[in-house]
Amino acid sequence: MKERLVQLDVLRYNPDTDTEAHFQRYEVMCQEEWVVLDALNKVKESIDPTLNYRWSCHMAVCGSCGMMINGEPKLSCHTFLRDYPGVIRVEPLTHFPVERDLVTAPDDFMEKLKRVKPYVIAKQKKPIEEGEYKQTPAQLMKFRQYSMCINCMLCYAACPEYGLTPHFVGPAALTLAHRYNLDSRDEGRKERMEVVATKEGVWECTFVGACSEVCPAQVDPASALQQLKIVGSIDWIVEHLLPGGKP
Amino acid sequence: MSRRPLIREVPPASWFFRHPRYLRYMAREVTSVFVGAYCVLLVIAMQRLAAGPIAWQEFLVALRSPVSIIFHLLAMAAAFYHAGTWFNATQKAMPLQIGENFVPGSYISGAHYLVWAVLSLVVLFFAGVF
Repeated sequence: MKERLVQLDVLRYNPDTDTEAHFQRYEVMCQEEWVVLDALNKVKESIDPTLNYRWSCHMAVCGSCGMMINGEPKLSCHTFLRDYPGVIRVEPLTHFPVERDLVTAPDDFMEKLKRVKPYVIAKQKKPIEEGEYKQTPAQLMKFRQYSMCINCMLCYAACPEYGLTPHFVGPAALTLAHRYNLDSRDEGRKERMEVVATKEGVWECTFVGACSEVCPAQVDPASALQQLKIVGSIDWIVEHLLPGGKP
Repeated sequence: MSRRPLIREVPPASWFFRHPRYLRYMAREVTSVFVGAYCVLLVIAMQRLAAGPIAWQEFLVALRSPVSIIFHLLAMAAAFYHAGTWFNATQKAMPLQIGENFVPGSYISGAHYLVWAVLSLVVLFFAGVF
């Protein structure tokens, strides 16, 4: 196996002792096919056990290991060392408070996720003996792409709108709202649009498009948000301009 | 020492220098200034037309000045770029599903470019270019 000495500049912050963050250089022998997360694990095992970061699945499914790698939001388990010939700069996700080293606090995202009610809302639940809620393949395809979100928050780290105006509900939460609005089994669109079609909802988005460029699951949140703008506009026209209109 | 999370502020006036994609976004936004300025010019043109033949002739002479020609070239380049970014965005905003499949996005954006070209030819026809 081909090996190489990898240099990592990792942002360190200890909330107990530090007032500011600082970069620490690590040099560690790595195999060429490793990812950045492997290099961090090797640092933690062999050089510095105090280094903190989150990870779980190591296969781009759990969404835990998001970090800024050379200034770009990435899953560290999905970022290959061979694509980074020089010193690799590793920082916590931008736009989130840093708890310690590479660990950020996701509380704001979790609160926003709850607000858009990301689950199927049925006004009347069917008795179990009536069977399952059926869906055709075409109905599934309508929202399938938006259901692939792994809640990794890379889109929030890439979105300058969220960085500048933190009350923005943000790409992933709004995309999940759209995903459930498009679901043929769902009847909760009106409840969600009360959060979505607002200034701090979809109208805070200025369509930078960075969310879709960094998404590791090809969800394309920017497309969901633009579609929500059209839906919100049609709702507004129906409600305000058509006689007796209800969205 | 208090245990508190570190807040890293986003620089409000220079954030778009952090990545080329943000500069591309700002370029798109800046082109709208030229599009807006050209709209103002059209309003002035209508006002000059309403003011009579002499005012209109003076306006036409002013349009042929070097400054005006440079502005028109810049405004046209900006309008092309601005329109292109939005036509490219239509495939995201207006996906078309037929059965289980989606129509390729390039078809949706391409249709917008086609309509744009046809309408431009119609306008040029009525302007007496052909």
